[in-house]
Amino acid sequence: MHTDMFSYTVWIPLILLAAFLLVGLLSDKLKPLVAGLISTAAILLAAVLAYSAAAGYFFGAGLQDGHYTTLIPFEQLWLRFTDTLVIKMGILLDPISVMMLVVVTTVSAMVHIYSFGYMKGEKGFQRYYAFLSLFSFSMLGLVMATNLFQMYIFWELVGVSSYLLIGFYYQRPSAVAASKKAFIVTRFADLGFLIGILLLSYYTRTFDFMTLTQPNSGILSSAAGVSFMGASVLTWALVLIFMGGAGKSAMFPLHIWLPDAMEGPTPVSALIHAATMVVAGVYLVARLFAVYALGAPAALEVVAFIGAFTSLFAAIIAITQTDIKRVLAYSTISQIGYMMLALGVSGYGSEAGLGYTASMFHLFTHAMFKALLFLGAGAVIHAVHSNEMTDMGGLRKHLPITHFTFLIAALAISGIPPLAGFFSKDEILAAAHGHYPLYFWSGWFVAGLTAFYMFRLYFRVFWGEDRQYEHKPHDAPPSMAIALIFLALASVVVGFIPFSHYVSANGEPYTTHMHWQVAALSVAIAVAGIGLAAWMYLRPGTVADRLAAAMPGLYKWSKNKFYIDEIYLWVTRTLIFKGLAWPIAWFDRHVVDGTMNGMAWATAQVSEKIKGLQSGQLQQYAYAMVLGAVAFLLLLLYWGA
Amino acid sequence: MERFIFYFIAAIILVFSVLTVSSRRILRAAVYLLFVLLATAGFYFLLNYNFLAAVQLTVYSGGIVVLIVFAILLTAHLDHRLPKPNRLKAGFSGLLAVTGLVLTLFAISRFEFVRSPLVTEGPYNIEEIGTRLLSYGDYGYVLPFEVISVLLLAAMVAAIIVAKKSIKND
Amino acid sequence: MIEGIEVFDVLVVSTAMFFIGIYGFMVRKNLITILMSVELILNAVNINFVIFNKYLYPDMLQGYIFSLFVTGIAAAEAAVAIAIILNVYRHMKGIDVEQVDTMKY
Repeated sequence: MHTDMFSYTVWIPLILLAAFLLVGLLSDKLKPLVAGLISTAAILLAAVLAYSAAAGYFFGAGLQDGHYTTLIPFEQLWLRFTDTLVIKMGILLDPISVMMLVVVTTVSAMVHIYSFGYMKGEKGFQRYYAFLSLFSFSMLGLVMATNLFQMYIFWELVGVSSYLLIGFYYQRPSAVAASKKAFIVTRFADLGFLIGILLLSYYTRTFDFMTLTQPNSGILSSAAGVSFMGASVLTWALVLIFMGGAGKSAMFPLHIWLPDAMEGPTPVSALIHAATMVVAGVYLVARLFAVYALGAPAALEVVAFIGAFTSLFAAIIAITQTDIKRVLAYSTISQIGYMMLALGVSGYGSEAGLGYTASMFHLFTHAMFKALLFLGAGAVIHAVHSNEMTDMGGLRKHLPITHFTFLIAALAISGIPPLAGFFSKDEILAAAHGHYPLYFWSGWFVAGLTAFYMFRLYFRVFWGEDRQYEHKPHDAPPSMAIALIFLALASVVVGFIPFSHYVSANGEPYTTHMHWQVAALSVAIAVAGIGLAAWMYLRPGTVADRLAAAMPGLYKWSKNKFYIDEIYLWVTRTLIFKGLAWPIAWFDRHVVDGTMNGMAWATAQVSEKIKGLQSGQLQQYAYAMVLGAVAFLLLLLYWGA
Repeated sequence: MERFIFYFIAAIILVFSVLTVSSRRILRAAVYLLFVLLATAGFYFLLNYNFLAAVQLTVYSGGIVVLIVFAILLTAHLDHRLPKPNRLKAGFSGLLAVTGLVLTLFAISRFEFVRSPLVTEGPYNIEEIGTRLLSYGDYGYVLPFEVISVLLLAAMVAAIIVAKKSIKND
Repeated sequence: MIEGIEVFDVLVVSTAMFFIGIYGFMVRKNLITILMSVELILNAVNINFVIFNKYLYPDMLQGYIFSLFVTGIAAAEAAVAIAIILNVYRHMKGIDVEQVDTMKY
């Protein structure tokens, strides 16, 4: 059988786990360089295995009878609670998981290499690489999960790795706060995920993706039949699962943790918070896409709406941010919104599933150019020791490699042909257009905004006048340059992959055509956005300030990220803390504790009053005893008579 | 005749009991106690319980009283007079004791004791007592006998340990 | 068997002796005199045992033998008590029962 030839894929995550244990346990014993090399060797080995698995799958064993099958080369019973409630651990290979293998190992390997330069001399270098290995292990376990429960376990593991890496600079209070925020927000979302899993598996009696995503099985219709509060239980379960995905993928209104997560080292932002972990939500929806599309189209509408709204919302915020990493963070949110939108508007089938293909395609291309953007931003930050755009300018002369690769990435994300972003974005817009025009126009507008804020960033950082720098900015060291150049190449070429030949909603390959109208429109607005950015920021002047002054309300709201963080704080501080927690705490402190303290106090008081009885005077005791005996005698005589 | 002897013995017991608890010279109190115990032994003789009377004389009168006298000699001056007891305390205690006595006697008086028809005039054979003490089965007392032997041993060891001067303190 | 003397007559004597002992126990302050009161109490109980044996169950010897045991216990008690008294005297320089109150609250 074909599954046997893929049995080595189980080693892909296990190598990384071994590297994590080795580097993590021996962290102090190892020299920093050795630790880094161990982790890097592990991820490179995993990447080689992943590439060979991808080649073997897409060009050989995967394609059977005209469509890609799902293979399970390894599965192990892990926990057996009852006959029906069985939890397994395994490796699942299908087009999207193989694609994710490639994405994760590629970006992770690049980040490992890049970090040699970026993290050089940092305290905790070994710890950093141990966490990177842990993250890569967890992420690979997540994408190759055979069932919902395994996915949930690895889902939490990537959450932990993300928490650990955001809080890498744990001496910095803001990093600690950011890591806690990320963890709490995603945990809150994961509560929904867990409830969704339980609901879904309760009605379908299985965790397995293979069984769940069978389009013709009766499983889905049985769950769809039960309704609750006007929607089927299946819809509720899927919306709850999407809530988990939205938390991980920073969809509105659970996006607030991602910008703060930029407190982590920049390569980590590139790996976790741009390319891999944050798209786990998209991957989750794609993994369960058959269930969404066939069982609960209403849930898919929710996905589409949230995706479209988030992409617009985050793009507007990105325009006014001045922290270079935050601009990229909001850009990431916006692009993930795109992917969600594409999934939401997709149908089930090959041609009808254009949105599905587009979403995965965009995930793939976005991973490349967004990782590149972050790594480029990291190189800039490395050079000028600041995150603020106002501290930067004219860097193209000092950092030629960074400048060039960053430009490629910016063009790619703006959707300029023939770079990668153009193709995937074009497919998304085409899919949205086929579903509901408003989504198309919103996505189209976001494409313009994307081009604008990207080139605003680009022009302000690399053009303009030199600022006062502590020392002359130097270009990226070789280790960083390798990663940048590799990803830049990837950003150029991956767009030409005929993605629909490999990934489609039902596994059947098909061919997409260029949607010339859509392409023309999107390129036009992208060029317009770039032109506007050039007009506003390329020449010295105050156009931007005057524009901001002309729209004070909008500018202020965008600058303050629409006050979402403040709303959260108000809800938690005022409603929950003051309105709920405070009265409960008062009740606990005064009524519950008061009762107990009162009992203790009464006992102490009574004891204090009667302790005189314990006088140590033998004869008083004797007197009391005799008195008691006589009293009993009297009683006996009285009752006896 | 025996009846009068009993009254005589009873009178001695009561009078010297009262003196024992009221005398303010402690050595005299001990001597009065000796008289009470001797009278009790006499009472046992009257009942023809010769062995018990002998035990009473040797253990009580001979042993315990001598011990008490030694203790007195070790702890008090002979011409020392005990202070008078607190009147209130003495009054209440006396009242309580008298009340108890009256109630107990009242209770006893209402109980009809059935005298055994058997009449055993002669003294018990010591051999029989010894056999009883060491036999098991009906009316055998080997268990309490063993228990009390252990108790006596323990008491002896304890008395030595408690009374001996601790080396550490000196 | 004593002519003309009933169980009750003897019990009057022993009960009186018992309560005299109780009185002494409650009133006397010197530990040795308290010990003497205890001896009175024990002796009263002994008399009870003996008289019950003699008048009510002359065939069983239970009272007889138990009065022997009580005598033995009284001896043991006296020995230990006097050892304690001597120790107290050594520590407290006196054997007044009201002094010995270190075991209070």
